[in-house]
Amino acid sequence: MKAFPSALRLRIPGIGAAPGEAATGARSTGDSGGIQPTLHGFIIKHSLLQQAYLLTLVVVSLPFYYYSLDLPKAIINTITKWTPHPFSVGIAEFHFAHLTYLWVLCGLYFLMVLVNGGFKYWINRSKGQLGERMLRRLRFELYKRLLRFPSAYFKKVSTGEIIPMITSEVEPLGGFIGDIFAQPAVQGGTLLTIIYFMFVQDWILGLASLSLYPIQGYIIPKLQRKVNLLGKQRVRTIRRVADRTGESTFGAGEILTHDNARYQLASFARLLGTIYDIRFEIYQRKFFVKFLNNTLNQVTPFFFYAIGGYLVIRGNLSAGALVAVISAYKDMSAPWKELLDYYQQFQDTKIKYDQVVEQFQPDGMFDERLMLEEPEAIPHFTGEMSLSNLTLIEDDRVRVVDGVSANLPLDRSIAILGGTGSGKQELALLMARLLWPTSGRIGVNGSDFATLPTAVLGRRMAYSGPTPYLFSTSLGDNLLASLKYHPLREPEYEGARAKRHQWQRQEARLSGNIDLNIDADWVDYETAGVKDQAALRDRVVEVLQKLGLDQDVYLLGLRGQLDPKAWPEAAQALLEARKGVRARLAEDKITHLVEPFDVTRYNTNASLAENLLFGTPVGPAFAAEELATNTYVLRVLDKVGLTDDLVQRGLKIAETMVEIFADGAPSEEFIAQFSFISADQLPDFQAILARIGKDGIKNLKKDDRARLLSLPFKLIVSRHRLDAIDETLMGRIVEARRVFEADLPEQLRDSIEFFADDRYNAAATIQDNLLFGKLAFGEADAERRLIEVVARVIDALDLRRTVIEAGLAFQVGPGGTRLALAQRQKVAIARCMLKRPDVLILNEATSALDGPAQVRIIDMLKEEFAGRGLIWVLHRASLVRQFAEALVMEHGRLVEQGTLADLDKPGTKVSELLKAE
Amino acid sequence: MSLHEEVDMLKRIPLFAQIEPPKLKLIAFTSERVAFDAGHTLFRQGDAANAAYVIVEGKAEVIVETAGGPVVVAVLGPNDFFGEIAILCDVPRTASVRADTRLITLRISKELFLRLIKEFPTMAVSIMRELAHRLEATNNQLRSEHAELERLRRQVH
Repeated sequence: MKAFPSALRLRIPGIGAAPGEAATGARSTGDSGGIQPTLHGFIIKHSLLQQAYLLTLVVVSLPFYYYSLDLPKAIINTITKWTPHPFSVGIAEFHFAHLTYLWVLCGLYFLMVLVNGGFKYWINRSKGQLGERMLRRLRFELYKRLLRFPSAYFKKVSTGEIIPMITSEVEPLGGFIGDIFAQPAVQGGTLLTIIYFMFVQDWILGLASLSLYPIQGYIIPKLQRKVNLLGKQRVRTIRRVADRTGESTFGAGEILTHDNARYQLASFARLLGTIYDIRFEIYQRKFFVKFLNNTLNQVTPFFFYAIGGYLVIRGNLSAGALVAVISAYKDMSAPWKELLDYYQQFQDTKIKYDQVVEQFQPDGMFDERLMLEEPEAIPHFTGEMSLSNLTLIEDDRVRVVDGVSANLPLDRSIAILGGTGSGKQELALLMARLLWPTSGRIGVNGSDFATLPTAVLGRRMAYSGPTPYLFSTSLGDNLLASLKYHPLREPEYEGARAKRHQWQRQEARLSGNIDLNIDADWVDYETAGVKDQAALRDRVVEVLQKLGLDQDVYLLGLRGQLDPKAWPEAAQALLEARKGVRARLAEDKITHLVEPFDVTRYNTNASLAENLLFGTPVGPAFAAEELATNTYVLRVLDKVGLTDDLVQRGLKIAETMVEIFADGAPSEEFIAQFSFISADQLPDFQAILARIGKDGIKNLKKDDRARLLSLPFKLIVSRHRLDAIDETLMGRIVEARRVFEADLPEQLRDSIEFFADDRYNAAATIQDNLLFGKLAFGEADAERRLIEVVARVIDALDLRRTVIEAGLAFQVGPGGTRLALAQRQKVAIARCMLKRPDVLILNEATSALDGPAQVRIIDMLKEEFAGRGLIWVLHRASLVRQFAEALVMEHGRLVEQGTLADLDKPGTKVSELLKAE
Repeated sequence: MSLHEEVDMLKRIPLFAQIEPPKLKLIAFTSERVAFDAGHTLFRQGDAANAAYVIVEGKAEVIVETAGGPVVVAVLGPNDFFGEIAILCDVPRTASVRADTRLITLRISKELFLRLIKEFPTMAVSIMRELAHRLEATNNQLRSEHAELERLRRQVH
């Protein structure tokens, strides 16, 4: 065990770890953390007290239960035969009349019903709470382990296999953990009581009733064992299905480009076949166990009839007692069955637990304490990073990095060069501690990276690789991710919310979860070198500009939204810009490129639906596809008497579409591109037209009417040129628009944001707000010309900053895939810059950019990191000219080190690499 | 302008004269109306081609880039059909076209156009005839230019 430098005294915030216990300092292999290797170990460790409480509840509830069973007998006896006698409760004595006594007993019975119900409710509630807490704990522990997996492990297991383990596989555990002691206690207790009752009646019959239990107890677990093995197999195969499904979603393109579909389908069918075999086998065996069990249960009464009959005939037993025993035996089968079910479930759950936990114990897991410790002081990385005899062996024999020793001064730019497979990338990963060396060590100022908490490395050092990962949230959140170590400013809670917050934290602790508040403000301004949020925004924009990312974010911002409540000044400024855009369009004589929204005029470049709503739908209430069936819309149309006219127009459109497309249309995609009616709906509309021809439009069915009505809603006058909407109709739709707004019920007010010339529309994009109209159809190059105009106005009004900030709200999609790789690489570098690390390690981090852009970024970062460490693994050797020093790797070994002037001589590896380019 | 008027206009173009009205409607409906401001270039010589055009309104110049600079080889007006060679032969645009005035066109996509030719042999024949006419005109022009060139050459010697 290695000791920590005394400056790094540790506390782990949020998790109740035992203090004073020194961290092992390296990666642990067998540490169990919050997960015990066996299910009962896990349950006992984390829920012993609660289980005991539950068991006590069960035991306490039993006498009440038996009393409530016994009461009916007393009531019946009171009704049928009555002898007055005093009742004593403690020292008090009561005398009751016949009827009064009946009322008292009935009252008691009623009370017992309530008490038993109450017990049942409370026991179930406690069981549920216990189970859910344990499930929450297990999931949390598994997830926490995921973060600590050695990176090599991810090469072996696929996410497709891991995800179902945390989501669905552990789910049944929750329900079962609450039952684990309570269920056998309740059922076993019942069973024992019945057995006791039978022995009281006659001990021979009692023995007879138990005679087959040993056989059942012996055979059934044996059979069950085989079922368990199959169960394990089933879980494994299902994981393969998950894995395969995930793989196919990623590799769909590959499968299609190589006409691989049949092969993939066949292989998937085989997998399903395997599952079928296993499941059917399990099914058969389970039911065989049931069959055996039922048969044996049926055989026991044979003994009763034979032995009991013999005893009754010989006069050793009363017939009544025999009947009582037989009926008691019937009651035995329910708890016995429950116990057997419990046994099977127990086995199932155990398998699941074992199999999940087994997957979450890879060798070489990263020490949990290193991940979550918070040292009191976080020293800066200055001086040199020293690598001594650093070796990384993969697959037990490949020396990927081989005995590298070097001292890297952390006040200049250093390039690492080498061919593919030279070990340069792995060297960078070792420096960032994303890989752990097989032997040797890395450190700064005498510290050893192997014992440094992530709190030190993660704040003093930054790393970005060739394919950085962005999280599926906003661009801004992704940029600030490097500043979120801790909840720094808790929100103020009052009243009910404060209570709820308290309760949430307490529950988190009771389930062994981290109790840090996700709703707090986590952004560390100090690390970013700014004093408040406004300054941080300045800094973010500055970093974006430095990386040449500002124009991209500006364009995202134009197509994004801005909340006028959060940014009232910005919204006001953009409203001004709307006027500016209009003036500029007039100046350039291109007003015909946009048809502005005017509440008194029909917009011929907008669909009929848009004309009717005259606003941007918010949420699904007024979504375009459902508009023709929206009850409020229909009510408005009825009120202004437009419904029949629109159905007529729909009919006309349908006729034209059928005429044009019904035969000899070029292709389905073609129809999809142009028609109001998709290729597969055409026959339906043909049928509707045929019905109208026969029965007339008056007798149209409700469904058919709705379908016809939906057609004109999509019609855009200037695009479709169908003559379906004339001037008069336009006027009436403008009238309907007025009614639509005036009559809009309160609960729908939030479902639409109306267009208004003097108001910023929160639901529309910034660009739409600026243009405040529809792009004219059929004007060549209109969009590009308009964006130019918008850009000129934005710059003239100094609003570019505002739009960029709005662009930070852009959602980057899973893995950041809505951004191009080059953009993702820049975002990742921006994230590194924002936290101002002492050392920045870049591993081919600009590979998707073009040459000049890369040089620009290198020069910019050299300036930004002047006096700090900049270590860059180059994917193009010629970029080395920008760096103060270079390290050259070959076959895992460091072969050259020095300035470019020293190294660029005939015969060196550097000159060889430079020549090769 | 409505679909009906567009159909009437298409009827006046020799190439489409023999096509039955529903098909003309299909062409009109699926082609896009595109307007260009004066001076705007519709496409440039050498561009990849994906549509042919019919002029509804306005005038356009056909410009060929030569070693000696751009040369206007033709001026097109209403009902003229152009841009079909490049989509027929799958070659880059053989000339540039620029709007001389404000120009309104019907833009017929390559997919629709090729499909029409396959479906309507009469249309294919019309196009062949049109192309043959143009070829003949070009040959005549070449012949006269050639004769002129010979004459000049003789004068020089």
